[in-house]
Amino acid sequence: MIRTTALVKRYGGVTAVDGVDLDVREGDRYGFLGPNGSGKTTTVRMLLGLVLATSGSIELLGQPMPRRAGRVLPEVGALVEGPAAYGHLSGRANLQLLDAAGRGGSRRTRRARIDAALEQVGLAAVGRRPVKAYSLGMRQRLGLAAALLRSPRLLVLDEPTNGLDPQGIREVRELLLQLNREGTTVFLSSHLLAEIEALCTRVGVVDRGRLVLQDELSVVQAPTGRVEVRTADGPLAARLLGARVEDVQDDRLLVRTADAAALNAELVTGGVRVAGLAPERRTLEDAVVAVTSAGSDRVAS
Amino acid sequence: MIRAELRKLLRRPRTWVSIALLAALPTLVAVFVAVRDVAPRPGTGPAFLSAILENGALFPAAALAIVLPLFLPVAVAVVAGDAIAGEAQAGTLRYLLVRPVSRTRLLVAKLVATVAYTMLAVVVVAAVAYVVGTNLFGSSPLPSVSGSTLSSRDAALRTALTVLYVGWSMLGVAALALFLSTVTDSPLAAVLGAIALLVTSGVLVQLEAASTVQPYLPTRYWLAFVDLFRTPVLWRDVVRGTLLQGVYVLAFLTAAWANFATKDVKS
Repeated sequence: MIRTTALVKRYGGVTAVDGVDLDVREGDRYGFLGPNGSGKTTTVRMLLGLVLATSGSIELLGQPMPRRAGRVLPEVGALVEGPAAYGHLSGRANLQLLDAAGRGGSRRTRRARIDAALEQVGLAAVGRRPVKAYSLGMRQRLGLAAALLRSPRLLVLDEPTNGLDPQGIREVRELLLQLNREGTTVFLSSHLLAEIEALCTRVGVVDRGRLVLQDELSVVQAPTGRVEVRTADGPLAARLLGARVEDVQDDRLLVRTADAAALNAELVTGGVRVAGLAPERRTLEDAVVAVTSAGSDRVAS
Repeated sequence: MIRAELRKLLRRPRTWVSIALLAALPTLVAVFVAVRDVAPRPGTGPAFLSAILENGALFPAAALAIVLPLFLPVAVAVVAGDAIAGEAQAGTLRYLLVRPVSRTRLLVAKLVATVAYTMLAVVVVAAVAYVVGTNLFGSSPLPSVSGSTLSSRDAALRTALTVLYVGWSMLGVAALALFLSTVTDSPLAAVLGAIALLVTSGVLVQLEAASTVQPYLPTRYWLAFVDLFRTPVLWRDVVRGTLLQGVYVLAFLTAAWANFATKDVKS
């Protein structure tokens, strides 16, 4: 669905995006992660033809961009760096104007499509209120509705839950999961690890303009080969296991072993009261921190 | 896209407020002249104003002469300068472009909307002035600037030509402001830039020392429409003005297109 090859964007002497090879497959829920200023937004803008790449190539839905933008973009729904609308018009009027502005949205079905999109994002009853009277969350929902208007095959969303309350975040997540089940590929750019972890199947991590990690989420969160044991008999367990214990914190021990079940049996036989035992998995946060540098918005003294 | 732009223009309160103000200024002038029954002496004050006491039908031309030097070009510059930069500032430009609307098409639609606004403003000013003029001053056979009288059909034709000429003159302003609008993301900067250039041109037109460049200044032939009311019509300046504006329109539109078509949209 999205494939970039050696994508580079330079602004004068600054290289914002430096050789990014994205690979988003059909049906993916792809999480695009990176600290602020890492080149995330510039990449998204290049995908959509807003910013022109210095070098490298982009393919969207199998077609070269931005050359085939007129053909490709009607099948793409996008939310880029926050929603935007004409404040003096109602949400519905904004969607009408946007849909009428380009091709690929039949006039006969416009009303029905707008109603359906507003319903999907939970704005069905918003009425004729002008957008300037909307809350941030409502604007975000309106932006999502605009992205969904033509039932796109690919959704490119930049921070889509910005400004939503926890309830709203869950609603949007469920909406995206449902759309994905129905066949929409979702490309989600965010700096919120939890959001990506809760929603995505694949992740790409950018740092200082480079793609430093791109893999299935399940692979990124692979077991570390250690087992976490919780017990009140810490000293006893440590004596029993000897050098296999790699770390002890209060009632929590990290034990290197491939077989959690055997470890459990050994501990119980040894008289250790085990309160909890589970293979340790790498968190997405660990993986990201391991491959990225300090936030690029941090200014060292 | 063009229809969407026109709808956007017409649904905007600013459009109607500015046109109402444009029509109100000449009306205010007419009321003062009618109440005191004193018109400026011939050769002073805005063109035609000295003649309106005898004939109200001349007031549309006088009204255009009143708004032409400053008010009308500022209004046109505001609309055209806001065209792209305003969308960029509001963030709606990126959503239009990924809708997708081709950049050339967007620029053309913005131009059409600006022309529609300009013509609407000029026609409303002329129409309101006609109603105000004939009611306050009555209408009699129109004396031409050269002294002979004009039939009312002839006068209407000349007024229509004036409307077109003024509209065309404003198109140069529109093209300039539209170009600046593609350069900056701040509509204020685009509008100010356009006005600054017009004021510069206006100053140089008055300055005798600048006589070598005067024939090429954008504002030089704006008031040439006065010649349309002479018998016979004095075409020379009107034609020159039309051609000169044509060159400016073409140059600025080409520049606007060249800049916008390959611009990184980061707003």
